[in-house]
Amino acid sequence: MQVEYSGDVMTLNMGPQHPSTHGVLRLELKTDGEVVAEAIPHIGYLHRCFEKHAENIEYPGVVPFTDRMDYCAAMNQELGYVLAVEKLMGIKVNNRVRCIRIIMAELNRIASHLIAAGTYGNDMGSFTPFLWCFRDRETILDIFEETCGARLLYNYNWIGGLMFDVKSGFEKKVVDFINYFEPQVDNLNTLLSDNYIFIKRTANVGIMSPELALSYGVTGPNLRGSGVKFDVRKDEPYLGYDQLDFDIPVGLGEHGPVGSCWDRYMVRIREVKESCKIIRQAAAQMTPGDVQESIPKRIKPAAGEVYMRTECPRGELGYYIVSDGTLKPYRVKVKSPCFTVMSAFREISRGAMIADIIAILGSVDVVLGEIDR
Amino acid sequence: MNADSIAALLSEKFGEKILGSKIDGLNPWSVVAPAEIPDVCRFLRDDDRLLMDHLECLAGVDYKDRIEVVYIMYSMKHRHRYALKCRLPREAPRLRTVESVWGVANWHEREAYDMVGVVFEGHSDFRRILLPDDWEGYPLRKDYKFPTSYRDMPV
Repeated sequence: MQVEYSGDVMTLNMGPQHPSTHGVLRLELKTDGEVVAEAIPHIGYLHRCFEKHAENIEYPGVVPFTDRMDYCAAMNQELGYVLAVEKLMGIKVNNRVRCIRIIMAELNRIASHLIAAGTYGNDMGSFTPFLWCFRDRETILDIFEETCGARLLYNYNWIGGLMFDVKSGFEKKVVDFINYFEPQVDNLNTLLSDNYIFIKRTANVGIMSPELALSYGVTGPNLRGSGVKFDVRKDEPYLGYDQLDFDIPVGLGEHGPVGSCWDRYMVRIREVKESCKIIRQAAAQMTPGDVQESIPKRIKPAAGEVYMRTECPRGELGYYIVSDGTLKPYRVKVKSPCFTVMSAFREISRGAMIADIIAILGSVDVVLGEIDR
Repeated sequence: MNADSIAALLSEKFGEKILGSKIDGLNPWSVVAPAEIPDVCRFLRDDDRLLMDHLECLAGVDYKDRIEVVYIMYSMKHRHRYALKCRLPREAPRLRTVESVWGVANWHEREAYDMVGVVFEGHSDFRRILLPDDWEGYPLRKDYKFPTSYRDMPV
């Protein structure tokens, strides 16, 4: 967008402690009145150098560290890592492990999208959806807690298997939740998605063109919000996602140009319904089996390297792992989806109003723990 | 295209600028002469047979005797992946930026500088990204000495 500025530009710091940045992020805004000429993100406040930690511990010990990157979707984060190591070692898991992993990943995707939608509504001045979303997320966390003892950071996916088998009655509990939850999505649409004020605040704001999104490596719901139909679960399947029946929602631009904040938000809401479909099928496909039968005694991959990516709630999470044939990884590089979308933030926020910066930031749904690692 | 044909295509186009390839592993790659990296990347992105429009990952790796920068790219249209590597001397690793090929390279290159100390020439906004601007050393170097304090604060 081209904007004429008066030349009287003021620098305004938003963050690092700001309720709408969803973590410790500082945006340096160059403002001309209410118009933002440039929004420069400054990241690194949560940097713990996960990659250095990973070089100094053995392969299985890295899993809890991956949880702490995107703490809103820890199941998906560890899944990517264990799949990468399994690919490196050529481990195959049985059907039970596969089904449980899919169910857990999709439940966590729902939980994560509920946070995204709820807090986004909150940012836009509507408090009730936040409570509704967190109420439903609570049930998912209860299922996780019952299975692995933790509500947020699970350490549940292990290389070659799972930490514990699920409790008896797990499938029923999950399906009951889905049956209850699906109508709730429609309620949320009535309350928030189709709300006139909400649409006015989001539908013409923060337009991301598909070309910009591809150039900046934007992935996941943010890419699909721009109308690009690409999902790793379908297009480069892992865990047998290709044998499951589900759709990939994309931004359609019902209320304005394609790629707006509303489109990105709506892709998440529609994805939640697809996740419900996946969970139903995976629960039906569960077979008995030992969830730890493929766990190797010693995890010591041969020298080599692998790049593995999975579809996390916030986009494609990639692990580039170099092994030198010892018990510890030689290098673990994480390609974080939030990092790449944050690098495009400067482009999509140029010329926006200060209040719209909050709308744009909420719509790309970043977790700073993953950006800073 | 499979990795074989991508490697063959690159060798055919760039000849001796491609210093070697390994295509039998899980992550097939070619080594490129550092000076050529922007041209090779642009070719990979623009050629109709390749169309590598998505730079998935850019990582710096310290191999004790050299620094490697790894570019992993993917084509959304053709659904294939390939990696390029540049081998650089440890004392002064320098490369030209590929920011003009993929916008996302801007931040990835800043991270590679921040963590491994690779300098990218021609970069529009070259500074540290995750660590403070006055931090000393590059943490992902294998011989990195952990500091005990930062600005008189214990770390």
